[in-house]
Amino acid sequence: MLMGVWIMVGVTFREAVRRKILWAALLAGGAFLTLFATGMHFQAKDLRRYNVPPFIRYQVQSSILQVGFYAADVLAVLLAILTSVDTLSGEIASGTIHAIATKPISRWQILLGKWIGFAGMVAVYVALMFAGVGMVGRVVTGIATPRIFFGGALVYLECLLVLTMTVLCGTYFSTLTNGVIVIGLHGLAFIGGWIEQIAAITNSPRLVTVGIVSSLVMPSEALWHRASFEMQSSFARTLQFTPFANASAPSKAMIGYAVAYLVIALAIAIHHFRERDL
Amino acid sequence: MAVRNLSLSVRRGEIFGFLGPNGAGKSTSVKMLLGLVKPTEGQALVLGAPSGSVEIRRKIGFLPEDFRFYPWLTASELLELHGRLCGLSALRLADRVPALLELVGLAPHRGKRLSEFSKGMLQRIGLAQALIHEPELIFLDEPTSGLDPMGRRLVRDVIRAQRERGTAVFLNSHLLSEVEITCDQVVFIKQGEVVGSHDLRTQSGGEMRVIVLAQKLSADTVAGLARWCTSIEKQGDLLTISTKSREVLPEVHRYLVASGADIFSFTPERLSLEELFLKIVGEDRGC
Repeated sequence: MLMGVWIMVGVTFREAVRRKILWAALLAGGAFLTLFATGMHFQAKDLRRYNVPPFIRYQVQSSILQVGFYAADVLAVLLAILTSVDTLSGEIASGTIHAIATKPISRWQILLGKWIGFAGMVAVYVALMFAGVGMVGRVVTGIATPRIFFGGALVYLECLLVLTMTVLCGTYFSTLTNGVIVIGLHGLAFIGGWIEQIAAITNSPRLVTVGIVSSLVMPSEALWHRASFEMQSSFARTLQFTPFANASAPSKAMIGYAVAYLVIALAIAIHHFRERDL
Repeated sequence: MAVRNLSLSVRRGEIFGFLGPNGAGKSTSVKMLLGLVKPTEGQALVLGAPSGSVEIRRKIGFLPEDFRFYPWLTASELLELHGRLCGLSALRLADRVPALLELVGLAPHRGKRLSEFSKGMLQRIGLAQALIHEPELIFLDEPTSGLDPMGRRLVRDVIRAQRERGTAVFLNSHLLSEVEITCDQVVFIKQGEVVGSHDLRTQSGGEMRVIVLAQKLSADTVAGLARWCTSIEKQGDLLTISTKSREVLPEVHRYLVASGADIFSFTPERLSLEELFLKIVGEDRGC
């Protein structure tokens, strides 16, 4: 019964390799890591040259490492959206899906297989990017990022959430509309997340509520904020002078909410794909 | 409502043509039988079971109109993928894939990616994927679209070979000349309902047109033809009549002679499928 799912997983992976999607993403990621390592290297040199006290140096370099992780997060989210945005809507529009959907394989197997294929690809990407940024931090600045695995897992959950929404919208809308909706939703989460942070720093409870509501609509960016919170030292968490200070870190309940959100979105996607006309 | 009360009977080893004007509901009907579209009311049954069930899909093959697939796959990989989706073992695929590539004339292109295929080659590989699991019933939607004359002949031969092995072939095509030389039976559909059928195997059956060149044909004699004829048209000495079958022609001939007409020629013609189509379905008035 699961054979159909694994066949579709294999097809999705093979597509990513053949169409050079994975290689292009890894190349872009590699270019980013090279640039990031070079920047970190020269900055570390300058900080030593100006005899910046080790404590301040640690905080500054930790903050820049957070920027590196954030860039990896953005690249991974974009990879999740761009690789999957056309997978169902494009195949439905072109009629390619007809040859598959008339084979003895259930529609849920097609959708789940594709989802797992993309999820696997994104997992490889997030792991490599986080390992890369973590390695740069360790080698260039000597800083070991705390709870990097948990932070990476949260970012991966964020990517899965965005991927699931892309797959869900792909069962309803055309490729272009799907892309606009998902990027719009993630944009809403992005703005909401930052509003929440700024509101917490400026002590504006109503604005915090606006941020929380936007995170409930789309909890993707909240997961990054939690990941960032996890990957900072306890002292850095209390400082509120950097963009990643996480003055208002999303609660663990928000992680649970995001998981439930993902499961429900995937269930709706499967249900709608099973019921819709092709 | 695109389709209603549609009941079609296709026997094993029969090539069945499904004809109708644009918008008649042909594609919707085929999609419903394949389980791609769900009926708004009632149900569609294929091989005695609800259409679209996984069990039924094990027994059917489908070539979609204007076949397209992942352009990054090679011809062999495409057939292997579809074979695996149909549950074929690696051992079975090792035999089946080269045999099918040979059958559709694509053996020299087995390692070529679909992105390099012409429209005709795509159509042929599409036909091969529909046959990969040796189905009992095959739906072919415009199988000769985009093919050159050699390709059409090849597809015709493949379809006939399927008939020989007892497979039922459901052919949806606009190319009436192709249907006429390939199909055993055709039905005509209009506005979602079957409006006629025709058996192309029985030469004795079917509507006939007779062109009679005769003199001394009285108005009463012409009117008397109505008992055998579905249409009567007289222009000077030329009388054109249509009968529902060939069997009545000797009787019509005897009647004309007995009425005292001088008959110079009595030429029966079978209606072509195109004429039959226009007669049954009607002219396209753009509505």
